[in-house]
Amino acid sequence: MEEQFAKLDIRKDENIVYKRTNLLVDRPLSYCPGCGHGTVHRMLMETLEEMGIQGNTIGVSPVGCSVLAYDFLDIDMLGAAHGRAPALATAIKRMWPDHFVFTYQGDGDLAAIGTAETIHACNRGENFTMIFINNGIYGMTGGQMAPTTLPNMRSSTSPYGRDVAIMGHPLKMTELIAQLPGTYYVTRQAVHTPSHVRKTKKALRKAFENQKNNTGISFVEVVSNCNSGWKMTPVQSNKWMEENMFPFFPLGDIKVDGKLVEKKEAVAKE
Amino acid sequence: MAKIKGDIVINVERCKGCEVCIAACPFSTIAMTKEVNGKGYHYAVKVNDDCTGCMNCAIVCPDGVITVYRAKVAAE
Repeated sequence: MEEQFAKLDIRKDENIVYKRTNLLVDRPLSYCPGCGHGTVHRMLMETLEEMGIQGNTIGVSPVGCSVLAYDFLDIDMLGAAHGRAPALATAIKRMWPDHFVFTYQGDGDLAAIGTAETIHACNRGENFTMIFINNGIYGMTGGQMAPTTLPNMRSSTSPYGRDVAIMGHPLKMTELIAQLPGTYYVTRQAVHTPSHVRKTKKALRKAFENQKNNTGISFVEVVSNCNSGWKMTPVQSNKWMEENMFPFFPLGDIKVDGKLVEKKEAVAKE
Repeated sequence: MAKIKGDIVINVERCKGCEVCIAACPFSTIAMTKEVNGKGYHYAVKVNDDCTGCMNCAIVCPDGVITVYRAKVAAE
């Protein structure tokens, strides 16, 4: 059945327009079906491949679902203690200022246990790239409530929905660190549709280009789905994310070239 | 006039059946099979000839299992 619609005259090497990059190790990803981590991994590796810096890049993997990122990304990687990836990346970047350094963290790692490291690394204006995958839940440990869990969102530790009166408000980490003078480029993207994936790739490219100029932290948040933790199918979870996550975590650039981007919506309403 | 035609090759053993590519395809070229692969997932297959090689499916595929080919063919 698979070969029924094959077009063998088109299926030649010179006609390839897209294939999985060789910088991803040829082994199956450990993530759940439909998880945005795989897409971000691929976009990250494509960015490094296009810039030709794979031999000169050091990544720091977090604790969380993406703890095994060093198994899939064919570059130099280090595993940090939970939440301490920015501290480790600071050390690496100061030792090897000519290397490209990035951290790859989830919301449990970056916004919960690693809040202090994140804020201080951003405030010091270290010169590396931070990639923050925000899915509003602790995915690896079984869908517990995270600092970024939305109000009234169900998780295994808030089965009746997050009650802000006793569980507190969700943390908008990206807006928070955009206020710090050490950050140079702060943006929020998503990877659930082709156009959003392309924008994410552009943002990653910009974040790595900034490292050449010693500008300060480039911070890319990617709002992602966690279909297993949210108890939905991947397509449903992408739709749920559009309807519920994006109003609270609006996509777009928050800080470009060291200047906060003014909200255009407020002007349009007047 | 030359027409752009595309083709996709899906690595069925790596496909996890998340169906994100189906939602992304503008021509409904991809569908799920009833059969399962070695890991027990239903996998995606090409079910018609409308593919233009737009790469949408390959770009959103979390596991990067899709290879896209595109060529200009002379219309008859």
